[in-house]
Amino acid sequence: MSGRTLWTGFLVALAGLALLPFGVGGYVLGLMTLAYYYGVFAMAWDLLFGFAGEVNFGPSFLTGLGAYAAGLLNHYAGWPIPACVAAGAAAAVVGGVALAVPALRLSGPYFGLITLVAVLLLQNALVLNAGFTGGEIGLDLPDVLSADESTNYWIALAFMGLSGAILFGLSRSAVGLILQASGQDAVEASALGYNVTKHKLAAFCISALFSGLAGAMLVFYLGTASVGTVVDIAVGVQVIIAAVLGGRRTILGAAIGAIFLIVAGELLRPLGQLSTFVVSAFALAVILFFPGGFLGILSSRGGAR
Amino acid sequence: MLTLQILIDGFAISSLYALGAVGFTLIFGVCGVLNLSHGAIMVAAAVAAWVFAGTYGAGPVGGALGGVVVGLVVAYVTYGLIVRPIQRSRLIPHEEKEIFVLTSTLLWGIMIQEAIAYFFTSNPKTVPPVIPGVINIAGVRTPTNELLTAVVSLGAIGLLWVLVNGTRRGRALLAAAINPRGLTLLGFELDRIYLLVWTIYGLLTGIAGVLLGAFLGVSSDNVGTLTASAFSIVVLGGLGSVSGSLVAAFVVGYLETCTAYLVSPTIRTVPVLLLLVAVVYVRPQGLLGRR
Repeated sequence: MSGRTLWTGFLVALAGLALLPFGVGGYVLGLMTLAYYYGVFAMAWDLLFGFAGEVNFGPSFLTGLGAYAAGLLNHYAGWPIPACVAAGAAAAVVGGVALAVPALRLSGPYFGLITLVAVLLLQNALVLNAGFTGGEIGLDLPDVLSADESTNYWIALAFMGLSGAILFGLSRSAVGLILQASGQDAVEASALGYNVTKHKLAAFCISALFSGLAGAMLVFYLGTASVGTVVDIAVGVQVIIAAVLGGRRTILGAAIGAIFLIVAGELLRPLGQLSTFVVSAFALAVILFFPGGFLGILSSRGGAR
Repeated sequence: MLTLQILIDGFAISSLYALGAVGFTLIFGVCGVLNLSHGAIMVAAAVAAWVFAGTYGAGPVGGALGGVVVGLVVAYVTYGLIVRPIQRSRLIPHEEKEIFVLTSTLLWGIMIQEAIAYFFTSNPKTVPPVIPGVINIAGVRTPTNELLTAVVSLGAIGLLWVLVNGTRRGRALLAAAINPRGLTLLGFELDRIYLLVWTIYGLLTGIAGVLLGAFLGVSSDNVGTLTASAFSIVVLGGLGSVSGSLVAAFVVGYLETCTAYLVSPTIRTVPVLLLLVAVVYVRPQGLLGRR
């Protein structure tokens, strides 16, 4: 699919979604708000995986750092929300660099395991210091983004739209091409004179920045920071599945995948415990039969026409 | 007294970890597959043993056998339904097969976990031990089943060693790990070797699951943790190195047991995670891995 079609589709979809508060109730809005933050998590992950070719098993390490840095500053120091969100993003980038500089020397499974271990360590640190961090129960925040559902919804949508535009634009730029080359054949890319490590590190920073921002915004939307919503391995698994399901290496597909997962999980709620089973089975079928994901299905149709 | 307690408990736990990790490292070494549904297969085997022994009245031995068979069947399904189609798929570029196997087995593991939780609830289940009772070892009261766990685990690994090093098929399996193309040139059919590896994997993982269920008990919520432990042990020892996994299993088993007894059970896994980070940074190929 050409860049132009994708941009148009993206803008039309955003415009359409912006009208949603006029038609549906608060429950649906709350669900979509959550889905948009997950969409940013998934897009940030796709930049690292789809383009830099690094499988980060711990996206929730970055979101968790951002969320808890912002939450703790708000809870204990009483910083205003914008300062907390900025600090959260900064914490995610610093943590991401601290993780990436040594980890990028490793490859494949080793990189994956280190990122996974980082999540487990963060989770342990938070739960063991429950007196300070709120532990499993969560840390309540004095401030929230807004008490109004529609405002919250528009903030989340605007945030996802902006993040999507920046990440997608970046992926289509010269830097995105170099990243893609480094991910697919690091030796050849460096033989062509590109500094592979530097580009991958930059990708990691950008991914961390957006993950941290989204994590921090999410806790101010929810009004509480808890391990289960921003740090747990299950959160990271959702993000990875969303990105692959929506179509890897497309950025925008990742957001579609995330929204799909959350909405489908909710629609199937009457099935009770089986709902996760059905969503996983569907995602597995898409991955096995249409490896290109949702956007892959769309673009192959477009190509045939 | 405490020393002996740690030695005995650590030994049983470590042997079980070793058995759980050996299968995982074997299919990575030979087939290049990181199977993230590993924990789910173990739990499926354990829960099956619990169901056969309890609900169907097959008794402890019948339950254990049934559990192992279910582990084997689930392993076959994992291979036939998920891993093999991806490996043969023309739609998926070769260099991306690894991530597809990872995501798909992850999803498959979640499916198994949810199915178990749906049909048998996620309450912890303890498989009835094959040999009940307690033995007194120099003053430490040890469940006989704990000793059986260690003996069976090490016995199964010993059998694997004999198979790989002592038989023609086993050596072919070793060769497949080193140079699969060379092996096909010699007239071996890779498909049959892969099937053999998955059979061994299913048996090892099924046995490990049943033993785990009898020793510590399992719940469908343990699936992720079990996979992560196996992954950690295998990377610590060196991906694809069976002897490395053995060493790593004992390091992890004893480190966890010492932390639990001497410091606090709540931080049981933390020293292991730190050790893992240190080893992967200093020696990415693991303790006994080859590059």
